[in-house]
Amino acid sequence: MNDVILIAGMALVTFSVRYPVLALVGKMSLPTPLRRALSFVPAAVLTAIVVPALLYPASSDHVDISLGNSQLFAGIVAIVVAWRSRNLLLTIVLGMLALWGYRWLFHL
Amino acid sequence: MQTTAAVTTTRAAEFRAGVKDTFPLVVGAIPFGIIFGAVAINSGLSPVEAGAMSAFVFAGSAQFIAANLIAHSVAVPIIIFTTFVVNLRHALYSAALAPYVKHLPQRWLVPLGFSLTDETFAVVVTYFGKADGSPYKHWYYLGSSVFMYVNWQVCTWIGITAGKIIPANLGLDFAAIVTFIGIVVLSIRERAAIAAVLVAGLFAVLAKPLPNGLGLIVAALCGVAAGVVAEAWLKEARLPQGGERSHE
Repeated sequence: MNDVILIAGMALVTFSVRYPVLALVGKMSLPTPLRRALSFVPAAVLTAIVVPALLYPASSDHVDISLGNSQLFAGIVAIVVAWRSRNLLLTIVLGMLALWGYRWLFHL
Repeated sequence: MQTTAAVTTTRAAEFRAGVKDTFPLVVGAIPFGIIFGAVAINSGLSPVEAGAMSAFVFAGSAQFIAANLIAHSVAVPIIIFTTFVVNLRHALYSAALAPYVKHLPQRWLVPLGFSLTDETFAVVVTYFGKADGSPYKHWYYLGSSVFMYVNWQVCTWIGITAGKIIPANLGLDFAAIVTFIGIVVLSIRERAAIAAVLVAGLFAVLAKPLPNGLGLIVAALCGVAAGVVAEAWLKEARLPQGGERSHE
């Protein structure tokens, strides 16, 4: 039941972001400061998800920057690959290979 | 963005052109759809729920984030609010496309609005911008949308099927994290965005003790504020020299 509410809620808010502006604008436009602020939203949200996932592996409560943290290693590999290659698919593939390779190498 | 060069004037031709121009982006979306399906059922959603999310929400990055938050037992209202925040960028897309579709009736605007994605926007905004006078450009938009939508459903179901076979300890949920890393790094085209990312990352750690995943919202808002402030500062610092290219 909770999951039904979740999916319905997600569908509703997503539609409410896409449709009304498409249907109503034409007469009005978004103020520039708001438009500029919105442009930072995706990167800020995704970073706020990524950083804890790298620093707090396996639901621990403290930051883990030890060599035992395979996610941190793979994350750094992904950052470097994305920055150098500008290729999303390559970033995903090499990031996952780094995770699995690191775990295999150190028997994690 | 590669778009079809010839002027197309029939409904069917516009639809086909939309499909054709969206093809490279559909190929790019295939792994994400499959990974989403696999991640979703490993995060605790049932196959039907994961499929329903793709069918009714149809927003790749928001679905990934939701699956990630569900796996960490984050409260439902927080997940819905996060979805809203993550998808706010679609309001920008809608605003950019609105002038081109304002003559259309609701039976067109509802499906076109529902199916607006990053990929379709990228293709359609380029095409709408061409002044070739075709009266059926909304069919091009529809072609792009339908192709993206069908592909997303099929890939989600492939992922759901594969996800049941893939062992949970493989760390497949981490695929979403490396995907986000790629999206963030590739999206940084200006220095203000670096400020937004660094501050969001810092506050994600500082605000982590907050309950129900509220730290995510706090960190994201701090990041956005940092981006806005940094942009204002950079603009001011640039003014004396003048004439530096603007980043848009």
